[in-house]
Amino acid sequence: MSAISRDDVAHLAMLARIDLSDAELDKMSGELAIILESVARVSEVATDDVPPTSHPLPMTNVNRPDVVRPSLTAEAVLAAAPASEQQRFSVPRILDGD
Amino acid sequence: MTSDITRASAAVLADRLSRKEISAVEATQAHLDRIEAVDGSVKAFLHVDAEGALATAREVDKRRIAGEDLHILAGVPIAVKDIATTMGMPTTAGSKILAGWIPPYDATIVTRLKAAGMPILGKTNMDEFAMGSSTEHSAYGPSHNPWDLERIPGGSGGGSSAAVASYMAPLAIGTDTGGSIRQPAAVTGTVGCKPTYGGVSRYGLIALASSLDQAGPVSRTVLDAALLHSVIGGYDPMDSTSIDAPVPPVLEAARRADVKGLRIGVVKELGGEGYQPGVRARFEESVQLLVDAGAEVVEVSCPSFDYALAAYYLILPSEASSNLAKFDAMRYGLRVLPEGVKDPSAEQVMAASRDAGFGDEVKRRIILGTYALSSGYYDAYYGSAQKVRTLIQRDFAAAFEKADVLVSPTTPTTAFKIGEKINDPLAMYLNDIATIPANLSGIPGISLPSGLADEDGLPTGIQILAPATRDERLYGVGAALEAALVQRWGGPLLARAPELPTGANGAPTTANGREVRA
Repeated sequence: MSAISRDDVAHLAMLARIDLSDAELDKMSGELAIILESVARVSEVATDDVPPTSHPLPMTNVNRPDVVRPSLTAEAVLAAAPASEQQRFSVPRILDGD
Repeated sequence: MTSDITRASAAVLADRLSRKEISAVEATQAHLDRIEAVDGSVKAFLHVDAEGALATAREVDKRRIAGEDLHILAGVPIAVKDIATTMGMPTTAGSKILAGWIPPYDATIVTRLKAAGMPILGKTNMDEFAMGSSTEHSAYGPSHNPWDLERIPGGSGGGSSAAVASYMAPLAIGTDTGGSIRQPAAVTGTVGCKPTYGGVSRYGLIALASSLDQAGPVSRTVLDAALLHSVIGGYDPMDSTSIDAPVPPVLEAARRADVKGLRIGVVKELGGEGYQPGVRARFEESVQLLVDAGAEVVEVSCPSFDYALAAYYLILPSEASSNLAKFDAMRYGLRVLPEGVKDPSAEQVMAASRDAGFGDEVKRRIILGTYALSSGYYDAYYGSAQKVRTLIQRDFAAAFEKADVLVSPTTPTTAFKIGEKINDPLAMYLNDIATIPANLSGIPGISLPSGLADEDGLPTGIQILAPATRDERLYGVGAALEAALVQRWGGPLLARAPELPTGANGAPTTANGREVRA
């Protein structure tokens, strides 16, 4: 485990799609370093012989019956969209260049 | 008359409604009047739906007069945490990114409240996306503790606890990912239960950490919590993690209120250093009262609990960073265009919107989770945290061999002042040190008032934990302890809370109810 740098935080923010300002990056890298130092102690007891638990109650392959049921109308789904046209979500361009 | 209605428990209200001593409209209006009078200073609600609540109440009254067979809680009003989707009512999860969002569907628990004929008074304030222990991380400003308006009402469900503690609602819905039902209950002198994971449907609850989140009842008495638990609990095919079994017999247990011969385990690791003297003193008294009522006390040790907080603050941010990826400014929620960029791409719009729409704590946890899940760090952080989860489950399993229920103080301290811990994330995280192990293990827990701390006169809470799916034990022990404490106090603890100022700084009201404070 290693300390987290300002550049690391900038990279993580890019991965998480959050456009952090310079001031936010400065503040957050300091805070995250402290938090990480504190949570890193999990490795002290996480030895090879301990299996991981991902879920409190073990359940596998929960399926519903494959039957048609009513769904939301397009109008209801699009009602809260920032932009829509022709019964579709309207989004900014998704490709670079022209 | 009106104050009789708002001070009555849900069970008493239900009884008076069924005897037709009061109508559902009267019961609902009394609570709306109380909201109007005191929410200007408590600020528990983000949205009040007076019209919708009264419409439900009128319908219930009509059906009752027609002699229909109604649910026991029909006509008993309720407040819902703003994390549950509600058709026709804004749902924001305390975030700017969802300001004004009207969901196209109801959460299953909301559907069940409506089916029971319970008027929904409105949506309660919370830390943004349930990340916090004080409501200070709400984008709409903090709620205030009715015991002292300068103090926090707990979090994330501080709106629900404050609403119930100040008689604006007899019941409320909370959700608990690391303590967000139990900690607010403890610091406001109210009752809150986190059921077994999977015991209450998560469908329609805005997810924080999917393997930890659980909705549950918030109330002023243990019996009331059991009544609400019975309404919202039970299998839901819309939630793949829902337990396909009947709701545990919580109501019967609350009514029986019997601890004779029960083994109560005091968890050695929860309650020593770092716990306020008044919190410890009230806890020890409560344990003695349980002994007096016929229980046997054993000490149990759960050594891995020392690592629970660290594991939690890896697992939660990891799951949250994934769950909150859906707020991408494309299908619903806030869309913000980046400044000074001509023809921005979807990714640039996404990043600008998420920066503008999320608060500091949410950003912190998303970045932390992104880090813990990134290649090269996954095994050391997230993988290790999952192993700690196994160790904690083993500790609980061993403890429940020796004891039928476990007890501890719910929180290390009483309510702190608004602003006191806001700039110290780690200090804020410590509030949930006693409540987190239950979430990591999936077991149920309840908090009920244990008294007032001598040093500051503020409420303290005791937490009871039971094995998974044995939720009824919480209610049996809780009700027995509550009866002994109320007898000792000569009345409910909340009767000692100061009167609230009325009519001060009331937020503007519209025909459709109070709008979200910006």
